[in-house]
Amino acid sequence: MTTTAERAPGAPRRGVRFWRRYGAGYLFVLPSMVFFVLFMFLPLGWSFVISFQRSGLAQSSWIGLDNYVSLLNDPVFGQAAFNTVLYSVVTVAVWVLVSMVLATLIHPLPPRLRTFFRAAYYLPSVTSAVFVALVWRWVFNANPWGLANYVLSLFGAGPLGFLSDPSPFLGANVALWSVILSSVLTIPAVGVVLYSAALSAVPRDLYEAAEVEGAGAIAKFRHITIPLLKPITLYVAVIYTIAAFEVFERVYVMTGGGPGYATNTIVYLIWRTGFRFGEYGLASAQAFLLFIVIATISLIQFRALRSDVEY
Amino acid sequence: MATPTSSGVSVRSPREVPVLVPVEMLPVVGGATNASGRPLRRRERLAILAILVPVAIIGLFPMYWMVTTALTPSSAAIRVPPSLVPLDASTENLAELFRQAPILLWAFNSLVIAVAIMVCHVVFDSMAGYAFAKKRFPGKNLMFLLIVSSLMVPVEVTLVPRFILVTRLGLDDNLLGVILPSIADVFGIFLMRQFIRTLPTELEEAARVDGANEWHVFWRIIMPLSRPAVATVAIFSFVGAWNAFLWPLIVLSKRELLTLPVGVALLQQEFSTNIGLQMAGAAVGAIPTIVLFLFFQRQFLEGVRVGGVKG
Repeated sequence: MTTTAERAPGAPRRGVRFWRRYGAGYLFVLPSMVFFVLFMFLPLGWSFVISFQRSGLAQSSWIGLDNYVSLLNDPVFGQAAFNTVLYSVVTVAVWVLVSMVLATLIHPLPPRLRTFFRAAYYLPSVTSAVFVALVWRWVFNANPWGLANYVLSLFGAGPLGFLSDPSPFLGANVALWSVILSSVLTIPAVGVVLYSAALSAVPRDLYEAAEVEGAGAIAKFRHITIPLLKPITLYVAVIYTIAAFEVFERVYVMTGGGPGYATNTIVYLIWRTGFRFGEYGLASAQAFLLFIVIATISLIQFRALRSDVEY
Repeated sequence: MATPTSSGVSVRSPREVPVLVPVEMLPVVGGATNASGRPLRRRERLAILAILVPVAIIGLFPMYWMVTTALTPSSAAIRVPPSLVPLDASTENLAELFRQAPILLWAFNSLVIAVAIMVCHVVFDSMAGYAFAKKRFPGKNLMFLLIVSSLMVPVEVTLVPRFILVTRLGLDDNLLGVILPSIADVFGIFLMRQFIRTLPTELEEAARVDGANEWHVFWRIIMPLSRPAVATVAIFSFVGAWNAFLWPLIVLSKRELLTLPVGVALLQQEFSTNIGLQMAGAAVGAIPTIVLFLFFQRQFLEGVRVGGVKG
């Protein structure tokens, strides 16, 4: 196909030749490229510009670094950052561990049971986080008929205002821990599927040799499974960390960031600042700080993967 | 379903941000073999099931509790102790839901948005994937790198400029305003590129010799051959768009224009004490994707493994 233009009679001009040769390729990527420029890269740069402005829908003016300075001195932003980090650290740690253990347990089962459990674990995650969070809000209902409070009453405790109680608890507050608990009790489906796939590729003879040596299930898990799965663990940890940093629906539905600012997270704050109060400049500055964190995590992932793909 | 990849894989985090990973670290599943090769003893299998079954029950419980509460008349839902089975099951809540909210309209809006985004992804992602896989043109690698690097940009950082853009186009509070900023995505482009790379080039060449133009080659040769990958892209795009929350929440405000997740979240604010109504709304929103999952389990799990998504 690339030679037709060169052979054409009358030797067409360079532009025409170039077009005949490569035009189709450009046309095929055109819609996507227009999309990415218009809705990803242009907004990214634009957002950076806005973050140095006092900006709303109506007018805007340059204020230099004021947005960033006020954010760094703002206790509300500080709390949102703290909440986001605590939420991420706890949920990611649990999700990674749970998905690795579940995949390891599923692995030796007969194929039909394996398929069944993978499907059962995956099913809840095909629904919107909004609907699931609504159920958790109902479970954590502050009244004695809320399911969580009923369970507490069986132990002679409660009732507790799970989502409405800002009193200090384990370095944070009750409401935030309730939100975290609801996440921790969600099965990390993607992790289970990815670990399952990785386990299928672990050479069998390693386990056979270990069994000959008399290694038990725990020893095999510690000394074979965990080290071999290190690359996939890094990968799962990164996608879950990014997801956790962007937690929004759960907070929006379960607590609305409250009581007070007790369960505010970064993305919830971005939404509130930008679209409740129309402070585009401040919201963009918040979003840019989030961008820096997430881009850093992604870069660490790329670097680590490049040096750590050897099995 | 085979969705081959030869050099990379993309996995979407729960907030729809795909992440790329060299495929070397996602090994191919090696058929239905047991880890150690030795069949499980009966006692071992029971011990494993004793862990996996309760975990599945915890994971599926929110879905169950949603449906149970939706079927329980409001007066009975606040009983102490809570009943784990729907006593006096009735469709009272559902009827109330239809009276109080334009739930069918919301479902229709969600459907329009999800189908439109799905079709756009299938067409535009495939076109770009085809060009990146099979075409040669100056700047190709740079463009691909650009698209892949957009994975590091959290969607939150683009929200404000996107909203200004959509508003200037006069598309705020319009379903088109939800659809337009999502007409292509990295996950689909990447998946299609990986799949199309494995297709033999002879068929295309033969078609060109027969006088087919570039579009015909793509639409009549490449697309039919790529059906498994197209199915994966279509399903994930549909479910992702159906479940999307943050962007529709920002763009849509007229009550009759909302999508199911946004509308149901609004119900929670309007009828904060009517749990049955909220759960009925959540069930209406959640059940379509659960049914889709039950029909297309293989595509879902294969998609997560090869190209991964929502968790």
